[in-house]
Amino acid sequence: MASRLSISRLIVSRLRKLSPRRGIEYCFTLIGFMIIALIVSMALLAPFIAPYDPIKKVGELLESPNTRFIMGTDGIGRDIFSRIIYGSQIVMYITLLSMTLSFMCGVPLGLLSGYVSGKPDSLLSLIMDSLYAFPGLILAIALAVMLGPGVVSMAISLTVVYIPTYFRMIRGHVLSLKESLFVEAAKAVGAKNRTMIFKYIFPNVIPSLPIILSLNAADAVLTAAALSFLGLGIPAPTPDWGFDLKMGHGYLASRIWWPSTFPGLMIVLLTLGFSLFGEGLNEILSPRLRER
Amino acid sequence: MVSLRVYIARRILLSIPMIFILLGVVFLVMRVAGDPVSAILGGHAPREQIERIKEQLGLNKPLIFQFFDYLWQLLHGDLGRSLIWGQRPVLDEILEHFPATLELSICSFIISIFIGIFTGVYSARRYNKPVDHSIRLYGIVTYALFIPWIGLILQLIFAVYLGWLPTSLRIDTLMEPQTITGLYVLDSILTLNTPSLVSSVRHLILPSITLGIYLSGIFTRLTRTHMLEVLEGDFIRAARARGLPERTVIYKHALKNAFIPILTMMGLQFAMLLAGAILTETTFSWPGMGTFLAERILYRDFTTVQGTIVFFAFLIVIVSLVIDIIYVYIDPRIRY
Amino acid sequence: MRDRLLEIEDLKVYYYVREGIVKAVDDVDFFVKKGEIIGIVGESGSGKSTLGLSILRLIPPPGRIVGGKLLFDGNDLIKLDDREMLKIRGKRISMVFQDPMTSLNPLMKIGDHLVETIMTHEKVARKRAEERALSLLDNVGILPDRFNDYPHQFSGGMRQRVGIALAIALNPDLVIADEPTTALDVIVQAKILDLLKSLRDAYGMALILITHDLSIVLERCDKIIVMYAGHLVEHANSADIHKNPKHPYTQGLLRSIPNIELADQKLEAIPGSPPDLLNPPKGCRFWPRCPYAKKKCYEKDPPLIDAEHGHLVRCFL
Repeated sequence: MASRLSISRLIVSRLRKLSPRRGIEYCFTLIGFMIIALIVSMALLAPFIAPYDPIKKVGELLESPNTRFIMGTDGIGRDIFSRIIYGSQIVMYITLLSMTLSFMCGVPLGLLSGYVSGKPDSLLSLIMDSLYAFPGLILAIALAVMLGPGVVSMAISLTVVYIPTYFRMIRGHVLSLKESLFVEAAKAVGAKNRTMIFKYIFPNVIPSLPIILSLNAADAVLTAAALSFLGLGIPAPTPDWGFDLKMGHGYLASRIWWPSTFPGLMIVLLTLGFSLFGEGLNEILSPRLRER
Repeated sequence: MVSLRVYIARRILLSIPMIFILLGVVFLVMRVAGDPVSAILGGHAPREQIERIKEQLGLNKPLIFQFFDYLWQLLHGDLGRSLIWGQRPVLDEILEHFPATLELSICSFIISIFIGIFTGVYSARRYNKPVDHSIRLYGIVTYALFIPWIGLILQLIFAVYLGWLPTSLRIDTLMEPQTITGLYVLDSILTLNTPSLVSSVRHLILPSITLGIYLSGIFTRLTRTHMLEVLEGDFIRAARARGLPERTVIYKHALKNAFIPILTMMGLQFAMLLAGAILTETTFSWPGMGTFLAERILYRDFTTVQGTIVFFAFLIVIVSLVIDIIYVYIDPRIRY
Repeated sequence: MRDRLLEIEDLKVYYYVREGIVKAVDDVDFFVKKGEIIGIVGESGSGKSTLGLSILRLIPPPGRIVGGKLLFDGNDLIKLDDREMLKIRGKRISMVFQDPMTSLNPLMKIGDHLVETIMTHEKVARKRAEERALSLLDNVGILPDRFNDYPHQFSGGMRQRVGIALAIALNPDLVIADEPTTALDVIVQAKILDLLKSLRDAYGMALILITHDLSIVLERCDKIIVMYAGHLVEHANSADIHKNPKHPYTQGLLRSIPNIELADQKLEAIPGSPPDLLNPPKGCRFWPRCPYAKKKCYEKDPPLIDAEHGHLVRCFL
């Protein structure tokens, strides 16, 4: 742990030399990345690091955090710490799956729509804009309610919610690039459509991708947790942070805080990780013009 | 320069396709994504029973006709009927819960604006100093604070451990004031009912702080960004050159200009508000539309859920419309 | 010395940026008498605008007034605190800015701009302030029925007139006009400059005209100051500068003014480009472009010397 900290400090100071005023953003990005890495490793190494089986009763009901169960046990006697660790698998799986799917749907659509323009483009944009303006959670609720519980339906709901985001982003890029001179020049020389897309438009879009992806991931984590919280997520007994938070809520009045606090903390942490990473990267790649 | 009336008319016209699209999407989702009937009956019912109910609900006709039926219903203010509570009209039930959500929303919104604008301005004035970075961090962190969790923590600290405030609900039992507006605080004031006032305010504090903090993050960032832009403008320097005190320059000149782009984002803010309200209400058992929706979801009362979502869609479109119209009135560059 | 309204001694204004220190204004001395019209001429980057802004202490960070004195009516402006400076700005020294498009608050009616300025500095009732505002608009040639219009409803020239009205609103002793006509087209330029001159004649204030265009100041100013790379390189009467420019840079500037009467004129540009103020050349800052550069010129920075009867030059001649 100590060497990890000093290595990162070394990296940060190196990066600082690049752009001293941007030091704080590098901090953000780095911390964000470390959090994401931590949770990804948690998900990958779950079977090895979790002390107990997350769905089996291993202790007394609602034991407060102690040496045997660092985060205590829940209302069925399961170890919360193990549930947290295994919970990361579900979260990462759903988040990454839905990100990938909405990306794969939204980007080509946006690309085509922006490139082709005309009536179909206007119609599609109108639909996408309306969806985008609609609160993601509510849309996800509508879908999840109909699709029923389960990992796949959650992933589908989230996918649909985020397609407009990618659509709009790509389409925006395509439109602005279409106006730019170098594309006009390429056309004048007779470049084929395919070349235009791949050689000119893509490279300009790529830098903003990690930012959009991580900010979206942050939102997705929150939305997925919200769906679980409302009972629209994965059925018990699979460990799921949002669901566990909901289950633990009832015990609050009796001062039993650990069944809900820890899962909730993890949700916040993961979201923070993605947000810090994305926001930091955003500032670094498109810094303010005025230097003070 | 278009005349004001034309602009407003155009804007209203634009809302119509938007509403259609949203309705279409909701409809598509609700009818196509799953089979509501088998879901209600538990999937093991005999074929003919399913068919009979489908006939009853009109689910047998081709999708397009179903859509038109639905639109016709909506036009008559019929958002459907509950599948569970003995065919009560959904609209009635929603409207019962509406004032509670309204009260929570107004409170939270005011809190978020206060926090957001002051921190945003403060942050912009101290650009790149540690305070600025902290406030930017605040903006990022507040967004990441999962509402049920932050609500939980506040409940834990202030209600459970310190015992200063109640954990949930809207008011102590049997203390409801006479209903005039449906907003307990207002009604208590209007009917001079002090115990009721105290109770309703006490119950309002934690939920509105929770939702308010969540919303303030975006306000902080927006205000900061736009203030920084505006402060770079020449007219700010010119105002200083005229000897105007700094406070006037910041609030009267800069903030007013920064506020306009902030206003345009308010439509999106409202969407966030609704989503946030759902989570806040369920966490605090606040009897508003959010709790109502969550409840009906658990009971698989599809028509009600659908009706509520449609109601939300209407709300969002109307609010966006109102904001755009306000925007036109505020910015003189559009009017003249 | 009583008639010296503004005395600048050894003024240094530096910008502390990431790459180093930009010496925007370095060792500048001059004075302005009551009612004089002074022209400050130079290329962009010469420090002329910075000089103008520093008089009102409006230098934005990361810039700072590093040294020297700004004596206004006997008081050193640099030593004043913010509150005292507020009393000077707009009331005793005021400024007209370059871009009329962006110098006015787009959300405020132009009448309100004036009323606000008046009421900030003087305890008058709003009604009275409005009356004064109307008469100011009249002085600059704007019709009173435009009092309630917004800036975007005016043309560039008219907006600049509003800017001028704001500058003279409280009858200041000194008006600094920073490139007042650069953003305007030629015909409007002349009108604005004439307006400035006539207002000065009417109100008796001193006027500092900052511009990159030597031709504008030649006929209108009493004295002319030439700036180059942060240094004051020549300071003389308008007539002297015109007939007998002593600094090679000034000579170059004069040569590059097109003369409509000459049938066959070769426009001579000054070769090279202004130096990077982060790393100004050693010695005289102009030597890389100077046709008369001698060995002395790149060894030592020439001092400001009096060539004849108050005609100052910074050159080894």
